[in-house]
Amino acid sequence: MTDTTTTTLSVVTDEPTRLELFRSMLRIRRIEEEIARRYGEQRMRCPVHLSVGQEAAAVGTCSALRPTDQIVSTHRCHGHYLAKGGDLRAMIAELYGKATGCCGGRGGSMHLFDPAAGVLASVPIVGSNVPIGVGAALTAKQRRRPDVAVAFFGDGAFEEGVVHEAANFAGCHRLPMIFVLENNLYSVYTPVDQRQPARAGEQPMAGFAQTHGLAAEHADGNDVVAVHEAMGRAVVRARRGDGPSLLVVDTYRFLEHCGASDDDHLGYRPVGELATWRDRCPVAGTRAALRDAGLLDVATELAMESAIVREIDEAFAAADAAPYPAAHTAMEAVHA
Amino acid sequence: MPDAARQSAPRILDAADAIREGTAQAMRADERVFVMGEGATDPKGVFGTTTGLVQEFGTDRVMEMPVAENGWTGVAIGAALCGQRPILVHQRVEFSLLAMEQLVNNAAKIHYVSGGRHRAPLVVRLVVGRGWGQGPAHSQSLEALFAHIPGLKVAMPSSAADAKGLLLGAVQDDGPVILIEHRWVHYARGHVDPEPIAMPLDGPRQLRSGDDCTVVSTSYMTLEALQAADALAAAGCNVDLFDLRVLRPLKLDAIVASVRRTGRLVTVDTGHATYGIGAEIVARVTAEAFSSLRAAPQRIGLPEHPTPSARTLAEAYYPRSPKIVATIGDVVGMPKAAIDEIVHRLAAERDAVPLDIPHPSFKGPF
Repeated sequence: MTDTTTTTLSVVTDEPTRLELFRSMLRIRRIEEEIARRYGEQRMRCPVHLSVGQEAAAVGTCSALRPTDQIVSTHRCHGHYLAKGGDLRAMIAELYGKATGCCGGRGGSMHLFDPAAGVLASVPIVGSNVPIGVGAALTAKQRRRPDVAVAFFGDGAFEEGVVHEAANFAGCHRLPMIFVLENNLYSVYTPVDQRQPARAGEQPMAGFAQTHGLAAEHADGNDVVAVHEAMGRAVVRARRGDGPSLLVVDTYRFLEHCGASDDDHLGYRPVGELATWRDRCPVAGTRAALRDAGLLDVATELAMESAIVREIDEAFAAADAAPYPAAHTAMEAVHA
Repeated sequence: MPDAARQSAPRILDAADAIREGTAQAMRADERVFVMGEGATDPKGVFGTTTGLVQEFGTDRVMEMPVAENGWTGVAIGAALCGQRPILVHQRVEFSLLAMEQLVNNAAKIHYVSGGRHRAPLVVRLVVGRGWGQGPAHSQSLEALFAHIPGLKVAMPSSAADAKGLLLGAVQDDGPVILIEHRWVHYARGHVDPEPIAMPLDGPRQLRSGDDCTVVSTSYMTLEALQAADALAAAGCNVDLFDLRVLRPLKLDAIVASVRRTGRLVTVDTGHATYGIGAEIVARVTAEAFSSLRAAPQRIGLPEHPTPSARTLAEAYYPRSPKIVATIGDVVGMPKAAIDEIVHRLAAERDAVPLDIPHPSFKGPF
């Protein structure tokens, strides 16, 4: 029998960690806001899928990992990449299509990876990254490494057969694997209730875990501490050989599916839904909680902000100054 | 038979045993190599190609797979990115169609997209079924689908020696290699080096020499082409016969040089003729050696319908050596009577054996 009890493990988030979770979310927010601000210049000539509003999911999970742990991400990979420690300059340069990008300009925004940080791959075909993450978990088990692997996916990928195939495999082999399901309620413009049946229970997606022999965790995806602690429990189980977990986090995308703009005028979101979720902004909520607890004063936050802005400015300036890949290199590295 | 006993016996193996031996040797030499497949550990061992491996290497390295081809192909890619060297095997080509998403989107591209930093060393073994009424979804030779994709390498052995050597070459390769085994080539017997010698995935092998025509064949059709070539040679028509072996990367230098000399080209492959391997060869050779051509190049391949199961329907479906003789004879301008004589003799020989099982003459040793 699979032990799906999740309450026996206690993971506590100390004060320095809570501050760092906030700083990491703020940094991702500012980076994506800067991408959005500059996107209209049409010098980042690739699709971008911004995760504004979903920062707590990325930061809460990746902050529970080590650099040697591997994550695989999706088309919406900026937040995961940055939260896991991916190199900012290589990311911005990739969006600009420059030779100094993490893919040398060959991938664009949807293919971010950074081996040094344990960002194994990002794959834009929905669900396609998930078995690759399971392969990393299989390797950890086969090579007896103390690493875990994490696959991010969304409510859309939840409908893909390959995600179930991958989870079945991980469950069958008791791999050190964590499936992080970010339910942001939409696949592009189509709400989840038009794509999936109504399911009984408070956590309707948790049946996935039972089916595939995974332990189940759930967290408010806009509460970074809750995500961090739920992820921490899954990581402890994976590292000590207790097998894979599913972590479902409920969250919400503030901007359009692809691109840098608001899209509430399209009318696919119920009236007032976006405002409700903006009131639950993970960055603002964490800021307020830290202020209330006396852990974050204005001077500290200003210092954080100015360091972040400086880093962003430097990354964009470096990307701007970097060379494009030379046309004649297009035939290189087709085969290893 | 254990390997030690094999090595004291004459080194004539069939291709299935050669694949099994090569796999075991690769696994002994490198602990990163492991096998994944539906039926990899079962009593039949994928037509004998994985038999006994689980007893030697255990279930961690000879892994039985859930019936979830795209999923475990993705798992293999992830493992390969993390330094492992998986060998995947599908009992029929058709099951790999469920894994095309992972193979095409991820395996083929991840080295390129990562600017050469990622490596996905995996071998995907696919078996083409034929005979005994395999029918429309257990007999397709779909190498052209894979060969269309930059980033994949695609090889098709036609002999026991190549089956082992190309497998070992594929295992050593740092990228994804699709190894397509024709079920009837599994029966082909021949000398196989007992040592684990990897063959580079570097192009065709010339099997016969002659000035009258250049013939390029793949996989099992190489055995049919050999029979045709030898029958023609007895009648004074000599061909350059190339077994293509490696479909991607496609190296045609030797074939182009041959056509410049012979002025004639016939291709014989196991897939459908339209948009097939032969079409690509004819197009490239024609572009490079147009002025040398003395006759229009001809392709021999499967017709424009799926594989029927019933023997009476399948009879005309698969081209055999008489058809190859007739095509080559026509291209070189042999007298019709001379062509007909060979065609009738070969057809009579072949008709003595049911068409839905391999002809004994194709088991070798070659």
